[in-house]
Amino acid sequence: MSRKLDIKHGRVDMSHGAGGRAMGRLIEDIFLAAFENPWLRAADDQAAFDVAAGRMAMTTDAYVVSPLFFPGGDIGLLAINGTVNDLAMSGAKPLYLTASFIIEEGFAFADLKRIAESMGAAARAAGVTVVAGDTKVVERGKADGVFISTAGVGAIPAGLDLSCRRVRPDDVVVLSGCVGDHGAAVMSKRENLEFETEIVSDCAALNGLVADMVAAAGPHLRAMRDPTRGGLAAVLNEFAHAARVGFRIEESAIPVRPEVAAACEFLGLDPLNVANEGKLVAVVAPQGAAAMVETMRAHPLGRDAVVIGRAVEDANGFVEMRTAFGGGRIVDWLAGEQLPRIC
Amino acid sequence: MCLAIPVRVVELLPDDMAKVSLDGVIKTVSTALVEDLAVGDYVVLHVGYALAKIDPEEAERTLELLAQAGATA
Amino acid sequence: MKYVDEYRDGALAGRIAETIKREVRPDREYRLMEFCGGHTHAISRYGLEDLLPENIRLIHGPGCPVCVLPMARIDLGIACALRPGVTVCVYGDMMRAPGSGGSSFLKVKAAGADIRMVYSTLDAVKIAEKEPDREVVFFAIGFETTTPPTALAVRAAERKGLKNFSVLCNHVLTPAAMTAILESGGEDGVRVEGFIGPAHVSTVIGSEPYKVFARHYKKPVVIAGFEPLDVAQAILMLVRQINDGRAEVENEYIRAVTREGNARAQAEVRALFELRERFEWRGLGFLPSSALRLRPEFKAFDAEARFDLIESRAKDNPACECGAILRGVKKPAQCRLFGTVCTPETPMGSCMVSPEGACSAHWTYGRFRERAKDAAA
Repeated sequence: MSRKLDIKHGRVDMSHGAGGRAMGRLIEDIFLAAFENPWLRAADDQAAFDVAAGRMAMTTDAYVVSPLFFPGGDIGLLAINGTVNDLAMSGAKPLYLTASFIIEEGFAFADLKRIAESMGAAARAAGVTVVAGDTKVVERGKADGVFISTAGVGAIPAGLDLSCRRVRPDDVVVLSGCVGDHGAAVMSKRENLEFETEIVSDCAALNGLVADMVAAAGPHLRAMRDPTRGGLAAVLNEFAHAARVGFRIEESAIPVRPEVAAACEFLGLDPLNVANEGKLVAVVAPQGAAAMVETMRAHPLGRDAVVIGRAVEDANGFVEMRTAFGGGRIVDWLAGEQLPRIC
Repeated sequence: MCLAIPVRVVELLPDDMAKVSLDGVIKTVSTALVEDLAVGDYVVLHVGYALAKIDPEEAERTLELLAQAGATA
Repeated sequence: MKYVDEYRDGALAGRIAETIKREVRPDREYRLMEFCGGHTHAISRYGLEDLLPENIRLIHGPGCPVCVLPMARIDLGIACALRPGVTVCVYGDMMRAPGSGGSSFLKVKAAGADIRMVYSTLDAVKIAEKEPDREVVFFAIGFETTTPPTALAVRAAERKGLKNFSVLCNHVLTPAAMTAILESGGEDGVRVEGFIGPAHVSTVIGSEPYKVFARHYKKPVVIAGFEPLDVAQAILMLVRQINDGRAEVENEYIRAVTREGNARAQAEVRALFELRERFEWRGLGFLPSSALRLRPEFKAFDAEARFDLIESRAKDNPACECGAILRGVKKPAQCRLFGTVCTPETPMGSCMVSPEGACSAHWTYGRFRERAKDAAA
């Protein structure tokens, strides 16, 4: 084969996406090295695997975060954990992932390697395997560094049917921990805020926590979702819309780190609209709520789990929040792009 | 009127700039509109500029007035 | 957060609300205008109205600079952006404000114009410095709080010898708008009995300029801080003035507002800006001496002079009630477009775009309260 890539100084160029020797070199030195597993080693165009009887879950996602490297993670970590989490929200055990890379001409090998290694480590930590991938290179200016697109499959335990349509009035809403960390970390990096205590993305794979929750909850668990883009507000409104219920939540119950709250004040953001990458919202039948919170708190990623409200009859599907101040307001989807308030 | 937040001055910088902190979140802002600033002072910050010093005694007095207003008859 | 959390204490708010309930006369309404958009936002964000007695009516005033900017001025900004080589810098709230034909800075950005959101005029000057081949235009909006930062930006550009920086100035004045509200009495006007005065405008202009409203118009003014307890306290002080038959300027925001205000900021503004003879305000029409433009000696930094811009006569959607709402004459729910055609995703008027606008506030806060009232009725 050809010479190894000069990881330290080299850059991706158009030949690395052309399907020839250069692309093979890139895949070998960067992706195979990071994801090392029999499927990728086999170098087939597809990965074949046995499936268990029963239902499978499948998901797809794309990652375009900027900046690519932020406190607490990078685009690669997001890609693996985000896909794992999408599967996990159905209660599925995540199994196999694919990863497609669209790389901008001129992207440094060193950065690509860093991202790939981050993904490899994340996949191993989550117990999933990246079994297939693709590489494309586009001209300078056409892809902000790198875009990553993924797909994932998992196996749903027999008898489990989690769905937002199952949510009913009086069901309890449980949040797994502090909100706003990821979005605040990324936005703060973009806006050149410094920190005494750095705000770090909460990017994490939730399948371990979910497995504990599913095992403990039985039929009481109705639905789960991770509040990524759009934040907690989006998830609650999605549930309200799908299940045709309303929600009543308590602002004082929602945990927000002081530095995240402060960053949001600076940026004019509402923590409820800010993205999270390592949190989940679970809706539980009332009789199972207390036990669910206990189960979650026993897991490192659910230490701060808390009940934040409940579903109610509401033809309008309003998500109403009692403010810490004592008044009430609606928590709505964020309109448009997240525009920080200035004046 | 516009979004403005009270922040603490943590470091004075040349050219009428300063580092200010809100609960440990630090930003570099302009102090060109406020005189005689010292580290530890609090200012009202608006669109990247300090607009006014917060008077700690008056702030205390306000809290006292609020407490009085909230006293049950 | 110091100087923030203490003024958000919900328990204390409840107790102050009890005091207000005890002191309001049950046989009358108290019509109080909170002039400033920041107060509108605070009231809705904290649900302050839920704590107040029914006979206190809070009327949202036109103190939202995005809301009062006529479409024609937004069109000017968009026209700049469409010129080749121009970079327009805007504050976040301006991105989705509708210009004519449903256009906006966000929309032209999607079509390829170079629009950059900035938090501060400092960022805009930095861009001009870093990118000398771009013509950088800062789209300046805001009341007296936001004007000194624009003045300092022009000073900085001058000092650095920048030849590619200019300002499209839409700065407006608070007392002029308050006067217009009071003068527009009669059938089409609203009977405002007292003002909750703006917090941060007042740190700049001081409490002195509001004297005319107390002395001449006999309306009490209480300058209130930005936090919900400040607003609650100011409401109590207004209720007391009205009950006593007094009309004075009082200052609740003593921790940041003085009688004279910020002399340095005022001096900078005086040095760089002059009064426009008249300026159009959405909802209030043309108001004399209500807005600023750069002085002739700073023509090089004035985008209107630099780009030879011509203002069009842009018309609002005829069913859009932003004007009446900004004057306090109509409520958002009374606008035919509210919630149907006009939503936060598809705003017809600025009152829905800006988080400080009455319609946006009602969308977030008021809709369920109305329904609760109907249910109780």
